[in-house]
Amino acid sequence: MTDDVIVECIDVNTHFGALHILKNVNLTVRAGETVGLVGESGSGKTTLGRAILGIGPVSSGRILFDRQDIAGVPPRDRKGNAAAIQAVFQDPYTSLNPSMTIEDILTEPIIARGQAGKAEATAKVRTLLDQVALPSDAAFRYPREFSGGQRQRIAIARALALSPHLIVCDEPVSALDLSTQARVLDLFIEIQERTGVAYLFVSHDLAVVRHISHRVAVMRGGGIVEFGDCDQVTANPQHNYTRRLLLAAPVADPVRQVERRAAFRALAMGA
Amino acid sequence: MTSATQQQSPAPLAARAGLLRSVLINPLGLVASILLSIVVITAIFAPLIAPFAPDDLQIFKVNAAPGDGYLLGGDGSGRDIFSRLVYGARNTLIGALIAVTVAAFVGVTAGLFAGYFGGRREVVMSWISDGLMSLPALIVLLAFYQSLGSSIEISMLVFGVMLAPGFYRLTRNLVNGVKHELYVDAARVSGLSDLRIIVRHILLVIRAPVTIQVSVVAGISIVIQSGLQFLGLGDTSIPTWGGMLQDAFANMFVVPTAILWPGLAISVTVASLVLLANAIRDRLQQGNRPAAVTGLPEAIAKPAAGAAPVDKDVLLDVRDLVVGYPDKSGWTEVVKGVSLTLRRGEVLGLVGESGSGKTQTAFAVLGLLSTGGRILSGSTWFDGRDIANLPEEDMRKLRGKRIAYVPQEPMSNLDPAFRIGYQLTEPMVTVLGISKSEARKRVLKLLERVGMPDPLRTFSAYPHQISGGMAQRVLIARAISCNPDLLIADEPTTALDVTVQAEVLDLLRDLQAEMNMSVILVTHNFGVVADICHRVSVMKDGKVVETNDVRRLFAAPQHDYTKMLLGAVLDDVTPRVYQPRSGRGVAA
Repeated sequence: MTDDVIVECIDVNTHFGALHILKNVNLTVRAGETVGLVGESGSGKTTLGRAILGIGPVSSGRILFDRQDIAGVPPRDRKGNAAAIQAVFQDPYTSLNPSMTIEDILTEPIIARGQAGKAEATAKVRTLLDQVALPSDAAFRYPREFSGGQRQRIAIARALALSPHLIVCDEPVSALDLSTQARVLDLFIEIQERTGVAYLFVSHDLAVVRHISHRVAVMRGGGIVEFGDCDQVTANPQHNYTRRLLLAAPVADPVRQVERRAAFRALAMGA
Repeated sequence: MTSATQQQSPAPLAARAGLLRSVLINPLGLVASILLSIVVITAIFAPLIAPFAPDDLQIFKVNAAPGDGYLLGGDGSGRDIFSRLVYGARNTLIGALIAVTVAAFVGVTAGLFAGYFGGRREVVMSWISDGLMSLPALIVLLAFYQSLGSSIEISMLVFGVMLAPGFYRLTRNLVNGVKHELYVDAARVSGLSDLRIIVRHILLVIRAPVTIQVSVVAGISIVIQSGLQFLGLGDTSIPTWGGMLQDAFANMFVVPTAILWPGLAISVTVASLVLLANAIRDRLQQGNRPAAVTGLPEAIAKPAAGAAPVDKDVLLDVRDLVVGYPDKSGWTEVVKGVSLTLRRGEVLGLVGESGSGKTQTAFAVLGLLSTGGRILSGSTWFDGRDIANLPEEDMRKLRGKRIAYVPQEPMSNLDPAFRIGYQLTEPMVTVLGISKSEARKRVLKLLERVGMPDPLRTFSAYPHQISGGMAQRVLIARAISCNPDLLIADEPTTALDVTVQAEVLDLLRDLQAEMNMSVILVTHNFGVVADICHRVSVMKDGKVVETNDVRRLFAAPQHDYTKMLLGAVLDDVTPRVYQPRSGRGVAA
């Protein structure tokens, strides 16, 4: 198993001034695997994602990627596969520059990393759009001409441009409608099965995390309270907080929701 | 490949042409552009246009009247006013160009770096900028005139530096606004250097506001420059508008009209620059929306309202409600004939995806449609009275007292400048007409009822001192403070964490049962629907596709759309199983 590990966070700590945001976080992601990172607002899940991406601070600890420590190294100084770590962000309305065409958006990472010249990068745009099931004439249009779901597909295409081994997805479907959300999640899974990319999938929604993850880490107050196989964590949680989180999410079934609500109340009384 | 590269260029050009065209369509923008073009062309081709050299003297034409070769007459030294005006345009514009270029270059560069990097750099640059702004420009220019001589170019260079803080502050604020946008993060993850991010992503955003500023500053610098020359601080051998003004002023009692020409040139040019700036600003503020509609299209006549529902148990009866917003071609309907019935003590869920019209339906009942929106037809019977398009005055009496509202974003619905206690007691004093101390007593009770651990402390706290979940409880307390019959909650738990959501739903359910309130709950979350609603209406494209009892809706949905939505719910999925990969190869 250790052979397959591509990212390993070892005792990662982050301080913002006097605030201790990440507390001794240990986490691994294996090649081709989705690790769901679930927690409530302020739990530090986004901070951890940004630390791995190199756009957030790390106060102490190591983040190993392909056996090199990338903690605190900004993206432009990263070498090799670490340079290809990519991101898909939450809000598809602000993660794409409104005054750039889709083609400019998609070629930017390729040109910035010096992987190809302008012409060669442009030629790759069609393949990228194809991978996310968008028509190739999308290249000459602007983000505002697309719906939320389509914009998120464009953001995914941009993340795929560098053929990454790891994509950090920060709440990538929480701004989308229910039916769009399901389709975008299926796209994530399909791309993973085809390319073998690994995801660190940050979300507040346990249902989403359970749908896409192989393993799930539950964060609270800057630390990981439970980390294990998806089935184990989401069906038979060991930690009280994970149980609370599970029971708090209302199930779309009035009959079962009555039971779940009662269980949540009982747990709240007991706590 | 080549064709693709060629094809890509028209798009940005088209966008820019769009801006240009819409500025030219604006009558003010068109007039200003034409006048400015005339001035600029005159300045460039001055030697071809002017019939005489600017310093050609004809001694018998001192203060001559127009005519006889001198189109606008002669000035105090017998030179052709028209020719000097033409050459003056050139020199005046060069001066303005120097000032604007220096101001924009220094200001924008400093603003970009201060805004993007922040920290100490920003502090130091802001000190310098504040220092420059506190200097009186005219006095500084006079001092430089004493020490550096009469060159107007140097004066304008100095003036450009004095104007730079305007550009600096504008740019820094704009950059501060965009540097945390996710696309800047995405660019950093892609490996772009800071410089390239600034050039590619940030410069794009600031170019339009900076263009406006350039236009305004050009006007200011023409005025200041002419002022200096009028005072005689400039090289008198070079024809400028300000210098001409001075000459005409000296001969005002001989030829009163001579003062007109340079004066007109200055004011027309400056006014055109300011008007052009306004036209660009108007276009940018308008964004991509269609131009403001002048004269709203006639609303479709409202059909007879029908009769109040016979069943007294029905609190709200919405019939064939149509809500529209005006646009270029008439009315765009966002709610297209919605009918709902809500009994007393019933919780009705209004579910749908974004754009389904669920929030617009709720706001129409509340009488709180956004600007321009109105109920085009249909009726909303509330407790035996049709309240559709009720005058705002009457609606205000209903809202708060009988119909209450809980919003989606608790924080943006509390005024950060006032204590929570004040924000809760004020409506009670106004609506219920009770005394302040009585209202205070009731508010404290309410805060305790909605589960605040320390009501007294919350009462005297400011909104930023409490969490989002607590803020939502406060808003629920405010909503129920006047014992409403109907509570309209628009995605009340969407912005909250899932554990907080469970608690707030519990609170809503308890209060609803306790007060036998009717509730309309707008939501996109089927879990929330299953948790709290008695009946559900599913909306799509402004229409209700299915209304059903909550248990029946989940057990046996009727409409295909409902089935599709329920199919997209992610409960009960089989977890994925990880298979170690033999090769790590990642396909492109």
